[in-house]
Amino acid sequence: MIADLSFWIFSDYAVSTAIKLAVVMLIIPLTSLILVYVFLFKMMAFMQSRLGPMEAGPHGSLQLIAEALKFLQKEDIHPDNADKHVFALAPIIVLMSTFLLYVVLPVGPDLVVEDLDTGIFYAMAVSSLSALGVLMAGWASANKYALLGGLRAAGQLIAYELPLVLAVVGVVIQAETLSLQGIVHAQANWEIFGIGSGMPFIVTQGIGFAIFMVAAQAELTQTPFDMPVAETELVGGFHIEYTGFRFLLFFMAEFGTAFAFASIASVLFLGGWSLPFVDPTANWLNIVGPGVMLAKILFLSMIIFWVRFTYPRLREDQLQKFAWKLLIPAALANIVFTGVFKVAF
Amino acid sequence: MTATSDQQRHAYVASQAAEARVNVELDTGDMILNIGPQHPATHGTLRIATQLDGELVVKADPIPGYMHRGYEKLTEVRTYRQITTLVNRIDWVGNFANEVPFVLAAERLMEVEAPPRAQWIRTILFEMSRIANISLFLGDMGVQLGALTPVFFAFRDRERVLNQIEAVTGGRFHPNFDRIGGLKDDLPKGWIAETKDCMETMRNFCDEVEDLLLGNPVFQARCRGIGVIPTDVALGYGLSGANLRASGVDWDLRRDVDSPLPYDQIDWKVWTHTDGDSFARFWVRLQETREATLIVDKLLDGLPSGPIMAKVPRIIKVPAGEAYISTENPLGEMGYYIVSKGDVGPFRVKIRTPSFNNIAIVSWVLRGVFVPDVITILGSLYFVLGDIDR
Repeated sequence: MIADLSFWIFSDYAVSTAIKLAVVMLIIPLTSLILVYVFLFKMMAFMQSRLGPMEAGPHGSLQLIAEALKFLQKEDIHPDNADKHVFALAPIIVLMSTFLLYVVLPVGPDLVVEDLDTGIFYAMAVSSLSALGVLMAGWASANKYALLGGLRAAGQLIAYELPLVLAVVGVVIQAETLSLQGIVHAQANWEIFGIGSGMPFIVTQGIGFAIFMVAAQAELTQTPFDMPVAETELVGGFHIEYTGFRFLLFFMAEFGTAFAFASIASVLFLGGWSLPFVDPTANWLNIVGPGVMLAKILFLSMIIFWVRFTYPRLREDQLQKFAWKLLIPAALANIVFTGVFKVAF
Repeated sequence: MTATSDQQRHAYVASQAAEARVNVELDTGDMILNIGPQHPATHGTLRIATQLDGELVVKADPIPGYMHRGYEKLTEVRTYRQITTLVNRIDWVGNFANEVPFVLAAERLMEVEAPPRAQWIRTILFEMSRIANISLFLGDMGVQLGALTPVFFAFRDRERVLNQIEAVTGGRFHPNFDRIGGLKDDLPKGWIAETKDCMETMRNFCDEVEDLLLGNPVFQARCRGIGVIPTDVALGYGLSGANLRASGVDWDLRRDVDSPLPYDQIDWKVWTHTDGDSFARFWVRLQETREATLIVDKLLDGLPSGPIMAKVPRIIKVPAGEAYISTENPLGEMGYYIVSKGDVGPFRVKIRTPSFNNIAIVSWVLRGVFVPDVITILGSLYFVLGDIDR
């Protein structure tokens, strides 16, 4: 009996699963930490002629840890009229959708938690789970501002799911695979009119990239599409009633998802961990790959946050018009062109 | 066949009517949402009780009074010199401007006139407090619409203006510098050159705001055509200041009313806009800030020399009488109606503050807009809570 158990515990499957779980569990707080420190604290501060946090750690680099500890010490407050179970579950669902996204993200030839054949399809599917959590939070808080925020978020996330998926279709047609690892390999081996080797798909999918980034901005509820949180009108929207640890979960999910979307975009359009003119099966890419990927992710996150700190926000109806009248037709046109070119060449 | 189709048609009409009735019964009613008293868009503690149908505002009532401090009553137990300390706190971002109409009204009652240099310095500080006030609005409008960055630029550059005001008066928020018959002190050494430099900074700030907000398509989409106030409505509700000028009324007390302040001795322009929407109000204020920096420059160039204090008795007793003086303050027309019975303090003071009249229009202009537009309109009307509840 004991021998059986030890056999199971030390089996390859159990060990690799445990490692993968640990990696995902560690990576999400880490990514939020990087994004929050580099962009929310420092880049924003420099844009606004401030210094940002300077006291906790060198140049305030431990500020977020201090903040997290502060959040953990706070009292967990439920509003009296809140639907307690739904209220408690909502941030977990939002964070879960972020966790699930990380499962398919490749960072090297062999570095991926699970290389699903339907990778990008899976990623798009689990990313929309967060809409459910946001709506639950908005409804269960028993707060009018939260309700408005939750409903706005639901409308917005559904409207922007479409251009997001449609923008991806162009890449999928070109790569002939849904697997994210496959898409990276397709880019690493791709030649355009016999020139170059390992050109990223952004060369031909520029429109798709633009649509994906705009839609991702809306999915992440970042300015100019941040009406669900809109702190000057809805005072935080769906997470207005959350304090302490539960708020921290929302916070982590926000930045964790931003990181995940930036990495999906870098995989789809910028070649992920691969480098041009480099054999994608080389073993050393397992070490260099994550760094390459991180550079691309930080670049894309910088664009996301740059826009966030600069632009005012649109109104809800203007946002919907923008999605249905501009982004979706453009994405459909992009698919048609990609299909025609794919067949023609 | 026709009978059947007739029957079908009747059945159809009946079903439609029934459905219409059901829809009437299913009317979900309106949601009452209190925007404020604690809300970031109300600049303090203004409460706006809105009735919402979805996101549409059906009805909105401004309910001020959460910060009432009773200044009109307090002035009755103060001497004239003490009152300037109080009135600093009315419009707390354009502080010095609050003292000017009060002192002018008292001077008229006493029939003293401050020497020219004092009037010019008064006007310079008056315009600088206008810049300090409106530059905050220019940045804050961005925050109301979700753009975080402009307000930090506003605070950064406004700091210089406040430093200049502090260099003269010794106070950043509560200068208490204006005296009946003149000013407390003359300008410190080197102040004129520094102020000119500071005005250059403010003009750069205005350009920056123009780049960041005015030309931004999202900003325009959020402001153009939102909260339109036609000329007759603006006049009917007694709007004043930039809100009135943005509705196409060319009315500025600095130019249109005879006053001892030397506005008639320099060359400057009153900006108006005909649209009457939030964008127009923002645009007019932006131009006014720029114009104010130019006014300060011109006043500094032509600053006359001489004393800064007229001859006034040590104990000020204002002769019996009544006087009303209003000036074009950063937020609009601000006036003091002083009734004196010949005592060391006034018998009664009525303070007319611009924000109180400007927010009266809220219930008219907020009807039928969306919740995000409420914030745009409140932001563009620009009130200071201390100015509503004085």
